[in-house]
Amino acid sequence: MSIVDGTSPEDMVKAPHVDPRPGDPEITPELVADHGLSPEEYERVLGILGRTPTFTELGIFSAMWSEHCGYKNSKRLLRLLPTEAPWVIQGPGENAGVIDIGEGYALAFKIESHNHPSAVEPYQGAATGVGGILRDIFTMGARPIAVLDSLRFGRLDSGRVRYLFSGVVKGIGDYGNCMGIPNIGGEVSFDEGYEGNPIVNAMCLGLMKREELITASASGDGNSLMAVGARTGRDGIHGATFASEELSADSDESSRPQVQVGDPFTEKLLLEASLELIASGAISGIQDMGAAGITSSASEMAGRGGSGVEIDMARVPVREPGMTPYEILLSESQERMLVVAEPGREGDVRRILEKWELEAEVIGHVTSDGRFRVMEGDRVVADIPALPLTEGCPTYEREGVEGEEVQRLRAMDLSGYMDLDDPAATFLKVLGSPNVASKRWIYHQYDTTVRSSTAVRPGSDAGVVRIRGTRKAVAATTDCNGRFGYLEPRAGAEIAMAEAARNLVCSGAIPTAITNNLNFGNPLKPHIYHQLREAVLGMADACRIFETPVTGGNVSLFNETDGVAIYPTPVVGMVGVVEDVDHITTQAFRETGDAVILLGRNTDELGGSEYLYAVHDLVAGAPPAVDLLAERHLQNAVLAMIREGIVRSAHDCSEGGLACALAECALGNGETVLGVDVTLTDDLPLAALLFGEAQGRIVLSCAPEHADRVAAIADEHGVPVARIGTVGAPAGTFRITTPKGIVDVTPDVLSKTYFEAIPRIMDAPATGDA
Amino acid sequence: MKVAVITFPGSNCDYDLYKAIQMVDGEASFVWHRDRGLRGYDAVMLPGGFSYGDYLRPGAIARMSPVMEEVMDFAAKGGPVLGICNGFQILCEAGLLPGALMPNRSLKFQSKDVFVRVERADTLFTADYDAGAVLRIPIAHHDGNFEADQETLRRLEDDGRVVFRYVDRSGEPTDESNPNGSWHNIAGIVNDGGNVLGMMPHPERAMEPILGSTDGRGLFTSILRSLTPA
Repeated sequence: MSIVDGTSPEDMVKAPHVDPRPGDPEITPELVADHGLSPEEYERVLGILGRTPTFTELGIFSAMWSEHCGYKNSKRLLRLLPTEAPWVIQGPGENAGVIDIGEGYALAFKIESHNHPSAVEPYQGAATGVGGILRDIFTMGARPIAVLDSLRFGRLDSGRVRYLFSGVVKGIGDYGNCMGIPNIGGEVSFDEGYEGNPIVNAMCLGLMKREELITASASGDGNSLMAVGARTGRDGIHGATFASEELSADSDESSRPQVQVGDPFTEKLLLEASLELIASGAISGIQDMGAAGITSSASEMAGRGGSGVEIDMARVPVREPGMTPYEILLSESQERMLVVAEPGREGDVRRILEKWELEAEVIGHVTSDGRFRVMEGDRVVADIPALPLTEGCPTYEREGVEGEEVQRLRAMDLSGYMDLDDPAATFLKVLGSPNVASKRWIYHQYDTTVRSSTAVRPGSDAGVVRIRGTRKAVAATTDCNGRFGYLEPRAGAEIAMAEAARNLVCSGAIPTAITNNLNFGNPLKPHIYHQLREAVLGMADACRIFETPVTGGNVSLFNETDGVAIYPTPVVGMVGVVEDVDHITTQAFRETGDAVILLGRNTDELGGSEYLYAVHDLVAGAPPAVDLLAERHLQNAVLAMIREGIVRSAHDCSEGGLACALAECALGNGETVLGVDVTLTDDLPLAALLFGEAQGRIVLSCAPEHADRVAAIADEHGVPVARIGTVGAPAGTFRITTPKGIVDVTPDVLSKTYFEAIPRIMDAPATGDA
Repeated sequence: MKVAVITFPGSNCDYDLYKAIQMVDGEASFVWHRDRGLRGYDAVMLPGGFSYGDYLRPGAIARMSPVMEEVMDFAAKGGPVLGICNGFQILCEAGLLPGALMPNRSLKFQSKDVFVRVERADTLFTADYDAGAVLRIPIAHHDGNFEADQETLRRLEDDGRVVFRYVDRSGEPTDESNPNGSWHNIAGIVNDGGNVLGMMPHPERAMEPILGSTDGRGLFTSILRSLTPA
């Protein structure tokens, strides 16, 4: 282990003496350890201050140097990700990334995790996750236009998993619905790999005129810092530090005080007030008080502005008397913002907030001395150089070694799983697995149509929102397959990228940029650090080849319970621009008699497949090979076809393989199920042909007279193409004929299997723990 | 046609409604709940959302907003008032419409397209539809389960004040097509005078082909025509 960066302590001006606050505990090695700081890190704190920190200062360092705020175990790796492109207006480091989408519009977007809180209090944990990501977007000056959620849980037969799952879905729904932001998609999976630690990542997109962009920096000596929105209470204290630790069996009860409580109604008012504030010109900077509350928002604004701040805890509006500076600084009470008022405009800020029935209080001012100074009335309780606090967090490069168990699993011989006795029965088992089956049970609880701009709702490859007043739309998707990540982290990340891009092109969008959420276990363990490093390397390669830079994101480490880590889960949140709304395409077959065409090549790969998991309860084998250049050609080919207006439907081939992809095309949203008659001639083992998850494949349909043109475009791009069948009549049979067997299913059975799987499981008695 | 779109803290379909009115060449303005002055408006619309966070009960706090007194006056004078979703809930809480909207029988928020049948084409809100027409319109609510006492229900039915009913695609009011458990599959009703309509589905979200349906347009064109001298 080595400390690889951070400002050298010798360069720093030592902090002036600060008397301990009466009643504060004495600083002991135990207290330091309780604050999540290693002895080396504490030495660094001593070097920066030139003295022992006060209790308040220790709390500040603990939060700012937590993994959640300081990225100490990931920063070094994150630098490997490409972040630039001509269309990137704001890259990583702000509340959200921003890209130019043309015609004077910019899109702000970001993904963020709320894994730890959701593990102990699923409803509030997930709700405040949505609240936090929305604030990240509207503090950029953008109006949120869509939300997506990427969720992972253990197996659904466990009562506890169902409690987490239903609580998380309700939390996301209640918050987003009340805010009036449509949920346009995401992903959900269920696997033992997430038994102890559910993954709850929420992504938000916001739209603005380019000139409306505002940043989170504090500048202008003497300018007022104002706390706006909700009051500060005792909830969520040390949430950031909590989010940077492993959980244990008793985390449920003991950690509840670290979970915040959300109030979407206040957030809705805060959204309107913030956008009005930005439009009024009364403020020069605005930042969400998210993780680590006032501490991080004030110190980061000072850090970015190259200035200092002085804030007085006695002036912060609080919910209850008797709160200490420590508590106020570290509270993660929701729906609060810190703004920098333009000189003399404090009254305007108050008036706008009053209109929205919210408070705004001056709590301090910008200084030019580069210090983060906290007062309690006349008493100084913390005085820290701002830059070393925000940027001086030690970052580590750890040792990474692949685990032996994974090597064994990856090398497992899968030849015994290649044949099928009853292909139709196996097909229904895979299709009815909650990982493949319709997620309608979830998204019917989310408002998907509010704002009257949702062109493609959840249930297709990507969600699409049109931009009023233009011919354009934006599409977004989140993707990751944790099993692939577990078996081979680099391939897992590349596949996540490839699938995300396929989902976008199938919707008619050009992949444009990504936000990422790196969910991993404890990076101090070599096999976990190996996963993290490999995943970042894979993602970086794919970002370069797809020309989709990373504009920001989130790292969530220490997702472990009792020493068991989640699957490495580098979630990709990708956005794309639809140049013309006429290009918008969905996965559902549309016309009887249309040609069914497969782009890409079937293989005999079965490693990490849903088939192995759902049918044989096995997570093994090597993930399918991914050829990033071939993926890029495939993307270009599909977009070229869509631009010519000859594609009736397009669907990415992923979990459940080609058979399930065809079923999803036939089923659409369930209102009209069309028949399918497909013949596959590949000389491949039946299980691999039907359920293998070979990359680089897309199923599309077109009018028969356009089939030749589709094939010609595929040829031009060097993409393998085959006409594999025909779209059948409404309520026609679903049939796949292969050299080694036939799958033949009635539309009624197909529909029930797919749409009723999750509701049926949720209504059945739990068989696991309760 | 000058239409006031009343905005409460927590309204979130106000902008959609505003754009829908513009799409049929109406003139829309937002009226903040604390403001007064509905003089000069030809119609008043209460949008969906979560006014006051739906705290206490949906619509229970919003109905006490200063602007609601004026809405009551406006309605009493025969002015057309439309409440959609949370707007319907507010109109019921304010006593402008009978009955109440209870939590959905699933106890879950329901967001999807539903089919509703136009029961009356002779109201000022539905004149551009054919009676019996089946419309495809999104719903998005947690509390849309219309309930009233038997006497009220009987009167609503006898007086032909049920304007929209949840049906299946073929126009049959089945239990399966009822998304929230509403009595008699009721999706929208008018008051005695026929000038106040409350409905749970969102016609403002069914105005353009790109949104999946244009079946909501008829409602807005009907209101517009009723206000424009022939």
